[in-house]
Amino acid sequence: MSAFSAIGEDREVDREEFTPTLEPQATWCPGCGDFGVLKALKQSMPEVGRNPDEVLLVTGIGCSGKLNSYFESYGYHSIHGRSLPIARAAKLANPDVEVIAAGGDGDGYGIGGNHFMHTARENHDMTYIVFNNEIFGLTKGQTSPTSPKGHKSKTQPHGSAKDPVRPLSLALTSGASYVARTAAVNPNQAKKILTEAMQHDGFAHVDFLTQCPTWNKDARQYVPYIDVNDNDDYDFDPADKGDAERMATEAERSLYEGEVLTGRFYVDSERPSYQEEKQAIGEMPEEPLAERYFDDDYEWERTHDVFLDRHK
Amino acid sequence: MTDHELIWRIAGGSGDGIASTSQNFAKALMRAGLHVFTHRHYPSRIRGGHTYTEVRAAADPVRSRGDGFNCLLALGDSFARNPQEDAYYDNEEVKPLAENLDELNEGGVIVYDTGLLDVDEIPNFEERVEKNDWHVYPLNLREIARDHGREVMRNTAGVGATAALLGIDLQYFEELMAEAMPEEILEPNVEILHYTHDMVTEEFDFTHDLQVPQGSHNEEQVLLSGSDTIAYGAIDEGCRFIAGYPMTPWTEVFTIMSQALPELGGISEQVEDEIAAAALALGASHAGVKAMSGSSGGGFALMSEPLGLAEMAETPVVLVEAMRTGPSTGLPTKPEQGDLEHVLYTSQGDSNRVVLAPGTVAEAYEQSRLAFQLAYGYNIPVILLYDQKLGGELMNVPASHFDRDPNPDLGAVTTEEELEDAPHGPGGKFHRYRYDAEDGVSPRSIPGQKGGRFLVTGNEHNEAGHIDEDPTNRVTQMERRMAKLDGVREFLDERSTQTHMGPDEAEYGLITFGSQQGTVAEAVKRLNDAGHSVKGIGVSDMMPYPEAEMTAFLESVDEALVVEMNASGQFRGLTQKELGRFGGKLSSLLKYNGEPFEPAEVVSGFEASIEGQDVPDQQTTYIPAAGD
Ligand SMILES: Cc1ncc(C[n+]2csc(CCOP(=O)(O)OP(=O)(O)O)c2C)c(N)n1
Ligand code: SF4
Ligand SMILES: [Mg+2]
Repeated sequence: MSAFSAIGEDREVDREEFTPTLEPQATWCPGCGDFGVLKALKQSMPEVGRNPDEVLLVTGIGCSGKLNSYFESYGYHSIHGRSLPIARAAKLANPDVEVIAAGGDGDGYGIGGNHFMHTARENHDMTYIVFNNEIFGLTKGQTSPTSPKGHKSKTQPHGSAKDPVRPLSLALTSGASYVARTAAVNPNQAKKILTEAMQHDGFAHVDFLTQCPTWNKDARQYVPYIDVNDNDDYDFDPADKGDAERMATEAERSLYEGEVLTGRFYVDSERPSYQEEKQAIGEMPEEPLAERYFDDDYEWERTHDVFLDRHK
Repeated sequence: MTDHELIWRIAGGSGDGIASTSQNFAKALMRAGLHVFTHRHYPSRIRGGHTYTEVRAAADPVRSRGDGFNCLLALGDSFARNPQEDAYYDNEEVKPLAENLDELNEGGVIVYDTGLLDVDEIPNFEERVEKNDWHVYPLNLREIARDHGREVMRNTAGVGATAALLGIDLQYFEELMAEAMPEEILEPNVEILHYTHDMVTEEFDFTHDLQVPQGSHNEEQVLLSGSDTIAYGAIDEGCRFIAGYPMTPWTEVFTIMSQALPELGGISEQVEDEIAAAALALGASHAGVKAMSGSSGGGFALMSEPLGLAEMAETPVVLVEAMRTGPSTGLPTKPEQGDLEHVLYTSQGDSNRVVLAPGTVAEAYEQSRLAFQLAYGYNIPVILLYDQKLGGELMNVPASHFDRDPNPDLGAVTTEEELEDAPHGPGGKFHRYRYDAEDGVSPRSIPGQKGGRFLVTGNEHNEAGHIDEDPTNRVTQMERRMAKLDGVREFLDERSTQTHMGPDEAEYGLITFGSQQGTVAEAVKRLNDAGHSVKGIGVSDMMPYPEAEMTAFLESVDEALVVEMNASGQFRGLTQKELGRFGGKLSSLLKYNGEPFEPAEVVSGFEASIEGQDVPDQQTTYIPAAGD
């Protein structure tokens, strides 16, 4: 019997269960794109069929990092840039938990960039939502890794001399098996993509365009957007990596030219998840490790019996 | 000392198999009934460069490397750089002989490989041999190995020669070889062992007195390093998750765990950096698995921020810190105790952690287990602080020391049943951070448990975990978290983790922490034998500091010398911070040349200090008490 009876509970889940009574009102600025993520996430949960007690939402630091303050589930609001290593270990410890990591563009593509690359490479079965507002929101509007070249801010008074990070391509080359971009202004697509991302068995990266009206006034509100999976001008196969790379590059470039291309760019349903890879080589147990600590019948090994002979 | 103990040093270049040969040598002597202790010295280089291991063996327990050594097996550096004329590193090939002579005791025995070493290249060799009454046995070990097997088997020839000279029964070596070697290698090795042994016995007139001591054990012994016992302590506490990134010397614990855990259905993760490693340990622990990570100085620095998160979030975790010399890359393969202040205070805000520094191989097992009990019992990060010396030294320990029940208890966690009756906030969030928690320890729930959801945040938070900046909430939560250390102090006091040495009453005190404990214990004994009145204490609890025990110790002596391997007297500083009124009693004996203390250095340092003189030797430093 599982020590975690919330997991796999057979019942209807209502999206309202994900609104915390304690902090029902998010404190984001009016018009902030972050509301769009919260709403889409709440809406997709009943579709995925998960209840609040079986979801772990790990966030970084930023306006975006507050997501789990306004979302009812197990939450871990961690430190700047480190949501992925915390989240992926929790998934290894108990693969039955639905693990989602989330944070800002600074959090995920800047300070935590190394973790992004490696978590994608390993293809952990989890969802990673990056609130991409092309700015450091919480620290009051500094240039971020996705700010366009030439972007002026208090810390870059002459405009950024750097080309922006290309997050979709980065995810693809690193090995993510699901790569998508959506926008807060497109709630239907956002809900669909988050649902798919959570259902996907592997690392699902969602670059979520979230306008920041407070610090990024010049920025587009990410309208009009084009859904590349549903537009005759874009003929590509998301199951084909070459196609995906081409499409991702185009989306990254055109964003800075005022054209918002969103959709599912890459879906690889063949690639085994990290958990499967590790289990295949005998480096991860079949039963969730976390269950073992609650199993009174488990016979815990002792070094005295297993390892001491070699030291005699 | 030479009449009742053997200190055998095998020297060569990195890559010459010094480590494995010396480990077998130590094990053979342990099986022969002796107490053994090893000391390694190696450069930060994969091939070549002077390296040696000492094996000290005696009938009585040995707790340190001893002073100098009395038998040298010099193999020559097979991977030496070719010396250009005036190269600053000189002729490396002969260093395994040349570099070791300074520390070879009078009357000592030398076996060297004439296949590689030419004594004509060592200045004043003959003179020094005569002056020190050394007994020299030149042998072409390479040739013997080549003739009877392969050249790489020269170490076996050297062991055979040593056995002949010191009177060690070959049976122990043969058994060890048979256990480890496949048939094709075993046969020539056994032949070489016997051939060299018999040849040396026949061809040389033995002029030395040194013989292997005779002893016997009254119970079965095992040979382990501090890295082994730290890992085994973790396993016996039910730790089944480790994440890490390689760095000497912490890599040893990481390696042992990475090989053991898959066998036990656990998980080891080598990850992109140490920030990730610490964060993974937190993630696994949060999800209900006993987890650990660790590193050495530089890598541990990267763990600072996750460590602070663990304090605030009250996510239990054990981090091990294997000190090597600093600053920066320092002497990467040499020991020091220079990271004490680093692990005590690194990260944001007031420290809220436990730091334990075991003193011996056996204690490292004990305290590794305590580290997990404390971390999970109090939902607090615990750091196990040790160094390259303790991690790498091998020592015999009774097998019965490990014959104990495993303890997989997750500590202060809730079950789903308990969650049903536990207090929840509006909307159903579990009160994970209760103001009224007993001893400040508020149990945590585990993701997936029904009715257990709560928010963890590195921000200050209320009982349900939500961000809360109210000043009264802040003070209440801060005081609750800090109060956990009072409970930890009581827990440790009940287990007497400090080690007392020498008589109960004495005029002088010797204080040390961590890995120098065995050496200081030996010095205390020698000083009392020589008529001094000295007692000693080896301290393990760095945080929370053992205030009562140290007060009693310091009140009972007139003066105390603090022995530690760093340049700024960090443990003395900690003691002065905790017990300021004893500042005038404390002086320091420091060593930071990359080598651990020898007992004789502590003895002479102590004697010089009570005479008010400077230490006689440039490798250690004496700092008098403040105001002196
Ligand atoms: C180690 C560390 N460095 C810096 C900060 C300060 N800081 C907090 S949030 C943030 C950037 C936030 O930008 P982003 O990740 O894009 O999130 P947003 O607020 O835009 O959602 C910074 C620099 C911090 N909390 N920790
Ligand atoms: S500063 Fe920008 S990102 Fe932050 S809450 Fe306000 S609008 Fe949103
Ligand atoms: Mg941002």
